[in-house]
Amino acid sequence: MKRTFQGRVVTAGTVTAEALVSHGGFNTLASFQGPMLTGDKKLKCSDQNNPDLYQKSMIGKAICLPETIGSTTGGMALYTVCASGMSPACLLFSKHIDSLAAAGAVLADIWTDTNMPVVDKLGEEFLNYVKDGMTVEVKENGIVEVSDD
Amino acid sequence: MARVLRTLVAYGEAFDAERLVPVTSEYGHTVISFGLGVMKPVYELYDRILSDNAISRQPFSADPRPLDKKNVPANLLQNLVFDFMYSQQKRYEEQVKKFGIMNDDAYTCTCYLPQVGNTPKRGDILSWAESSAVVYANSVLGARCNRNSGMIELMGSIAGLIPEFGLLTDDGRKADWVVELRTSSLPDAQLFGSAVGMRVLEKVPYVKGLDKYLGSELTEKACAYLKDFGAATASNGSVGLYHIEHLTPEAVDFGESLIREDAPVYVVDDAEIERVKNSYPCIWKDLNAKPKLCFMGCPHMTLSQLIEWTLRVEEALEEAQQKRVVIPTVFTAAPAVLKAFEDTEYYNRLKRTGITVSSICPLMYMNNPLVKKEPIITSSNKLRTYSSARFYPEAEILKKITGLSR
Repeated sequence: MKRTFQGRVVTAGTVTAEALVSHGGFNTLASFQGPMLTGDKKLKCSDQNNPDLYQKSMIGKAICLPETIGSTTGGMALYTVCASGMSPACLLFSKHIDSLAAAGAVLADIWTDTNMPVVDKLGEEFLNYVKDGMTVEVKENGIVEVSDD
Repeated sequence: MARVLRTLVAYGEAFDAERLVPVTSEYGHTVISFGLGVMKPVYELYDRILSDNAISRQPFSADPRPLDKKNVPANLLQNLVFDFMYSQQKRYEEQVKKFGIMNDDAYTCTCYLPQVGNTPKRGDILSWAESSAVVYANSVLGARCNRNSGMIELMGSIAGLIPEFGLLTDDGRKADWVVELRTSSLPDAQLFGSAVGMRVLEKVPYVKGLDKYLGSELTEKACAYLKDFGAATASNGSVGLYHIEHLTPEAVDFGESLIREDAPVYVVDDAEIERVKNSYPCIWKDLNAKPKLCFMGCPHMTLSQLIEWTLRVEEALEEAQQKRVVIPTVFTAAPAVLKAFEDTEYYNRLKRTGITVSSICPLMYMNNPLVKKEPIITSSNKLRTYSSARFYPEAEILKKITGLSR
């Protein structure tokens, strides 16, 4: 079964990846600082306050989230994982993107060669539907297809 | 420089900003204070910007330095790891000198304190990052600043421009939530802030009932409380601005007209504070381990907090019939605040209790994987969020470090 959601393109690109879903706010620094500091190539989430993602590998995954939270090193942390070739496949926000995630996405887009599409405003229904392990296809125009096969 | 501007424009476009506006504050503030080896891409990007002779148009302060081997305990192995982790520290500090840092002492997360000298005026447009400083500048000082990320804030200071959206606009400063405080006494600032942050996330809360305990003037005590409250709202959620009824400048001027129609209400009573406190995970392997270190001052303590805590520790030690604290304890504050503290009688009195002072960033210290395994306690909800440190409210911390809880 496949469902389609229309979002807004923050940074353009196309990708197909496995979904990894955070239902609570995604704390960018808390999530990335562990793997960044230990050089963990699997980019395992180090945010002990996020029961959905804690200790799960984020590299190459389609991170589906409502928004990011936490301190203002968040954008810099996102830029660093992208510039180091350890980025998630894409970031898919159900809500409007926040300033920290937007900064990280823009910095990665303008200052690195990373292809990490970022789409926001996909709606609450998107986050209710998508589950860990589903296949997510992001298209250039902000359309996101989610399939459970 | 063109790419810096392109970055700022693209950042603004994500929020439908219609224009870039001039940064009007005298000073900037950057959240990046550390030369982490794993963050080489950031320093490489800064080298590229510096090679174009693009420096900051305004002097700026930076977050606290990550190391203080003189005052904060660490063993040989931990120090070796620190040297490896922060291998880019010298390089980075050279970079910020070239970009235009205020002075060698301008490393603190509480740059807005009078001793430090980076205190924006009401209405100033800022290009700052550091969540606790941004929320304080917006809420207590009435300046205007979005929750910019590290790197973006320096680019804003370089260009002298920042996109106009969110908390820079009148509409973005309206309250989306009403928080009604109904506790039986003044709640621990870090717990109350955590509760509010986790509930409202990035929205703007209008807090009723806190003036009952803090009064209607921004005294040193009230400001210190709001500093810690705000830091918890910003790190446990992502609050960039709060209004406190009858106390913070915009709430005093505009009152309930700041509240959006149909704003939901969040009631915080004693049971809710207890629920929030009990919800924190602790990732210590041995939950009964004896703490090896205690950090207070994330964000950095104010001068009045240092003095007040000297008195509280002395009193508690006397009650516990102890001469010195029973857990190694570090109080952190800005270099300029510590200099002012050294000029008071309380400095030597605090030293006699066994507590040390430092201007380190406890969070950066806790990043060391060997330190992470140690049972470290803190009164900071921000430090709890980003490290393995275990949180206790201030009253419990006092008992633990003085031996009153034995």
